[in-house]
Amino acid sequence: MYQHTRLTTNRLGFFQKFRNFDYILLVCILLLGFISLATMYSTDGGEIKFHTKSHFTKLAVFTLMMLVMSFINIKYWFSIGYLAYVAVVGLLVGTYLFGITSSGSQRWINLYFINLQPSELMKIFIIVCLAKFFHRMKLENVNSIYTILTSLIIILLPMGLVIVQPDLGTAVLIAISGIAVLWFAGINYKYFIYTILGFIISLPFVIAFLKPYQKLRVLTFLNPDKDPLGAGYQIIQSKIAVGSGGIFGKGFLKGTQSYLEFLPEKHTDFIFTLFSEEFGFVGSAILLVIYAIIIYRIVAIGASSRSYFAKIFCYSFGAAIFVFITINMSMVLGLLPIVGSPLPIMSYGGSSMLATMIGFGIVMSARVHNQQLIA
Amino acid sequence: MINSSSDNVKKLNSINRRMFITGSLKFFVMIGIVSRLFFLQVKENKKYLTLSDKNRIREWKLAPVRGEFHDYFGNVIAGNFEAYQLHVIPEQVEDFRYVIYRLKDLLELSDNEFKKVLKKKNEIKPWETLIVSDNLSWQKFSKINNHLYDLNGVKPVISISRNYPFKENFTHLIGYVSQANQDDIESTQAIKKNFVPGLKVGKVGLEKTFEEKLIGTNDIERYEVNAYGRRISQLEFQKGEKGKTLRLTIDTEVQKLANELLKDKAGSICVMDIYTGAVVAMHSSPSFDPNLFVFGISQDDWQLIRNDPMKPLVNKTLQGNYSPGSTIKPIVALSALENGIVNTSFTVRCTGKTEMYGQTYHCWKKKGHGYVSLRNAMKQSCDTYFYEVARKLGVDKLSETAKKFGLGEKVFGDLFDIEKKGLIPNTQWKKNALGKGWLLGETIITGIGQGYIQTTPIQLCLMTAQIANGGYKIYPHIVVDDKAKDQPIDKFTPLYKNSKNIKIVQDAIFGSTNEVMGTSYRSRIDNPKYQFAGKTGTAQVKKITEEERELDLKTFQIPYEQRDHALYVAFGPYKNPRYALSVIVEHGGNGSTTAAPMATKLFKLIIDRHKIRESLRNKKYLEI
Repeated sequence: MYQHTRLTTNRLGFFQKFRNFDYILLVCILLLGFISLATMYSTDGGEIKFHTKSHFTKLAVFTLMMLVMSFINIKYWFSIGYLAYVAVVGLLVGTYLFGITSSGSQRWINLYFINLQPSELMKIFIIVCLAKFFHRMKLENVNSIYTILTSLIIILLPMGLVIVQPDLGTAVLIAISGIAVLWFAGINYKYFIYTILGFIISLPFVIAFLKPYQKLRVLTFLNPDKDPLGAGYQIIQSKIAVGSGGIFGKGFLKGTQSYLEFLPEKHTDFIFTLFSEEFGFVGSAILLVIYAIIIYRIVAIGASSRSYFAKIFCYSFGAAIFVFITINMSMVLGLLPIVGSPLPIMSYGGSSMLATMIGFGIVMSARVHNQQLIA
Repeated sequence: MINSSSDNVKKLNSINRRMFITGSLKFFVMIGIVSRLFFLQVKENKKYLTLSDKNRIREWKLAPVRGEFHDYFGNVIAGNFEAYQLHVIPEQVEDFRYVIYRLKDLLELSDNEFKKVLKKKNEIKPWETLIVSDNLSWQKFSKINNHLYDLNGVKPVISISRNYPFKENFTHLIGYVSQANQDDIESTQAIKKNFVPGLKVGKVGLEKTFEEKLIGTNDIERYEVNAYGRRISQLEFQKGEKGKTLRLTIDTEVQKLANELLKDKAGSICVMDIYTGAVVAMHSSPSFDPNLFVFGISQDDWQLIRNDPMKPLVNKTLQGNYSPGSTIKPIVALSALENGIVNTSFTVRCTGKTEMYGQTYHCWKKKGHGYVSLRNAMKQSCDTYFYEVARKLGVDKLSETAKKFGLGEKVFGDLFDIEKKGLIPNTQWKKNALGKGWLLGETIITGIGQGYIQTTPIQLCLMTAQIANGGYKIYPHIVVDDKAKDQPIDKFTPLYKNSKNIKIVQDAIFGSTNEVMGTSYRSRIDNPKYQFAGKTGTAQVKKITEEERELDLKTFQIPYEQRDHALYVAFGPYKNPRYALSVIVEHGGNGSTTAAPMATKLFKLIIDRHKIRESLRNKKYLEI
């Protein structure tokens, strides 16, 4: 039934594609990469050590990968949507079976050349998969039971696999990515309202089922001063670091909280704390502006795309990235409990960066091929 | 085409509407994050900056340098010296076992000492200082310095520590310092404030009394530390203040002589300026070397001191309650004169013993003194005369005079917490303390300084001084510039009713030393420059039975513990008196043979040194 004749239109040459690049987005990503490298250099105590080197390598390889991806027609990304989802679910199953355990959680899988955290990739590929799922759907079918159940299964399957690792934080982020797609696809408002209400009502029961350390995190968030050297230590030290930064910060490589090792996990989840301590309110605001421009460009690319798949992917990816950033920042600023979510690009960690760069790659591809229609 | 264009338009409308909602939400969330940043970094910046500094800056206090004690002439009698110490910071040592065994060899540590060091090492953090040895000899210290090339991480350190150059001479007066314990920290604010591990504080004597003045303040080092407490860099060094140096009224030469005179004896010597109340010497024997305590006394030394039968740990000058014996007679005579009981012509016939109230009271001289007046009775220390005088006087009037002259209460107030009050009994006291009525027989023996009456050597010295200066109140003190004690409001308050009576007593005491038949005639000095007047005393430590009286044993024939205490109080030079002293030799036998000759030697030195002392006096005192 489907006609594929329109797929042949808009064949672009190499230089044309090059001209179609979103240079503002590219510059912002590169700028962010540079900032993250400088911050990583600071976490290494002002020397080029393991973390800086490794972060640089990943940044270089994955940026290159993103550029290559942007030359590949958006319709190919569309076509591998389900396959990629199934592949990552496979990896999650593999992780469950043969994963590497580290600090009480089985999150990584050894792929011989890289230790991968498939749950991070799932944050992106669940968007690709669901975007494809809704691409052809008529608006009147979106709210059918079949659609809702199918999309819920698509979301809950990887979530379950991540929760058993256990890694509640990433599972929640995967869910948020998925829900973002459902939102843009046009699922009725009432379902979201019901879900939110249901969540609030069931919250006490959920808390009862949380693992002790997760419960502790919630309690600590509510009152970090209760146990300042134990569970509350991270959040208190993080707030001290950020607060002591002031308007202009303590200066590059001069963050006492970080180089005297008061700050926990400064390479990963708390990288923003270190940045904020050294560059102050002004630096943090500039970083936020860069992130805002990136998100704005992603949304703008979605708006200018002709295909529904590209549109829904860009919007959802933009929303997801925004949520990742806000959750991370709220966490280190003491607005949310510690859930363990990296700050995109800034945080050390290959899988997270790989996922984010794949997302940027698809967005960039959507930009280059924005006139491409997908049947 | 399945997707009709109308469906497409609907879909686009829907997604764009939702994008608009999402965009607005994002905007508000972004504002939330920025305001949170603003709140933490701009509004609450001060608070978090303080917390961050509190995190990273830690203070280390170093032991303060203790103030010194100088004698009247500025000689250091308790000072500081540089102790050679050996410190090791375990984490800076590559091979701790090798280094510590090497040190054991070089320092010739005993197995016990070595074990102590290892135990200490296990108690501290690896970056904290381990003090291997706190007071090395110069030989060992230089030996270590020669071997430093192969002792990585070992630090020879010179640290300031207490030193008592005159060893046992000043022990009871100054006391000693030793490591502060929990009680010291809790009881004294200054110790609590300046405490560092290994801090040495005064344990007894003036070292303890003036702790707050002597202790000084800590040097403070401020370091930047990391989350694990390791020092990263020094930020500041704040020099502390050395403790206050106290100048005493003591003359080291006299003190040394006192120590020499009492060598191998148990007893006490005090010398006092009769006008200013300045204590020139104050010694209790036997003494011990206070330096032993500074780095912790060894078990052997401690047992030796503790088990000495002569009780070196007791400060006999202040803690020793002795029967004054005949040295109380000047007060008995004075009290009788003041109360009009006797006059100079009143005589008593001494037959060697007298019967009163069915009891026989003996004079020390068996044959008796015959008819004696006050002057003769004092000179020959006739007991019978004073029995009679006491009987007529009554104990209550006697105690009143005795208390006026400084007996029965602490001489130094609260300067020494160990000082004893002695005991001047009266009828009221006995009723209160023992619940019995006073017996007249007890009055009689009180008249010769036996019975309930008890005095400390420093009280006897004060009593003598106040008779010698013409009967005026003085305030004994040891520390120069001790303002409260140096400027008494009621300076030169007369203690007598009639100054003639004082003169009579002074003259009688003069006779006792300088006239034939006087009890201390053999110890006199004829040269008027040194001539002094003194009263002997022989205090029984047990009641003498009739049998023993018959035997009339010589001192060396009696067991040590049962021998009489020998006492002597004196003042001089007689023409223009300036100093008073008291000597007590425990179980020394007889006051005139044991104690009085010591006074002779003391007066020679004291008066020779008077000129030098006078040249240093910075305050004028009224001549009387």
